[in-house]
Amino acid sequence: MHIFANPARFLSIARPLTPWLGWIGALLTAVGLGAGLFITPPDYLQGESVRILYLHVPTAWLGMAGWSGIAVASLMQLIWRHPLAAVAARAVAVPGALYTAICLATGSIWGRPTWGTWWEWDGRLTSMLILLFLYIAFIAFAAASDEQGKENRAVAIFGVVGSAILPVIHYSVEWWRTLHQGQSISLTKSSIDGSILWPLPFSLLGLTLIFAAVVLMRMRTMLARQKVEARMRRMARA
Amino acid sequence: MNHWPFIIACYVIGIGGTAGVLLWSYIAMRRAEAQAEAITRK
Repeated sequence: MHIFANPARFLSIARPLTPWLGWIGALLTAVGLGAGLFITPPDYLQGESVRILYLHVPTAWLGMAGWSGIAVASLMQLIWRHPLAAVAARAVAVPGALYTAICLATGSIWGRPTWGTWWEWDGRLTSMLILLFLYIAFIAFAAASDEQGKENRAVAIFGVVGSAILPVIHYSVEWWRTLHQGQSISLTKSSIDGSILWPLPFSLLGLTLIFAAVVLMRMRTMLARQKVEARMRRMARA
Repeated sequence: MNHWPFIIACYVIGIGGTAGVLLWSYIAMRRAEAQAEAITRK
């Protein structure tokens, strides 16, 4: 990880990597979502609405993985003061917030035909909503800190402390048994039939690669802006 | 109940959001890198 902490070295890797991640991600996502919409059979219990699974599960994963990324980057900023760590945390925040919001929206829409309600204050839904609020707070806090033009360790501390919501989201379906079903997929087993499940790894991996491409693009944008600002400051002093 | 309007709404939100953030990030990156390139040449 320390190898990538140098912005010049990071850019030499990120520039060729960005289009590859984007295009492979788009291809895998198209396969996963296309198959989920047109090829897989309807579920015997949920009917056609099970097709929302191929979007809802990857967006939930990205919402949680995004904050894990913020927490790791913030820790690296606090411990090693890596110059890229704060940039990485800020770059993850917007796509992380977006996918958390999409997860909540698709979950709410899926809930209407399945549960008969758009929203229920159950453990999983409420903890995901709190994650969205944490993302919004992080984006606002980081923007305010950057405007002051100084490295703010409080933003990084917020990134680390905020990760306390992740185990709450994960275990919420075990701690509070309400409308949201328990875990139906793990790395080793699944309670979903293979004929319905198979497109999910495509959309999961595809959207993850797209997420990574967006993060790299946002990091490149921030580094380019920092370069312009530094140059302008030098020119103003001269 | 017809489930397809719900499915279509989810896919429009998901694909639209993904395309939107990709396009926004790409345009912002191209603009920022072009500006950085231009200022380096000065």
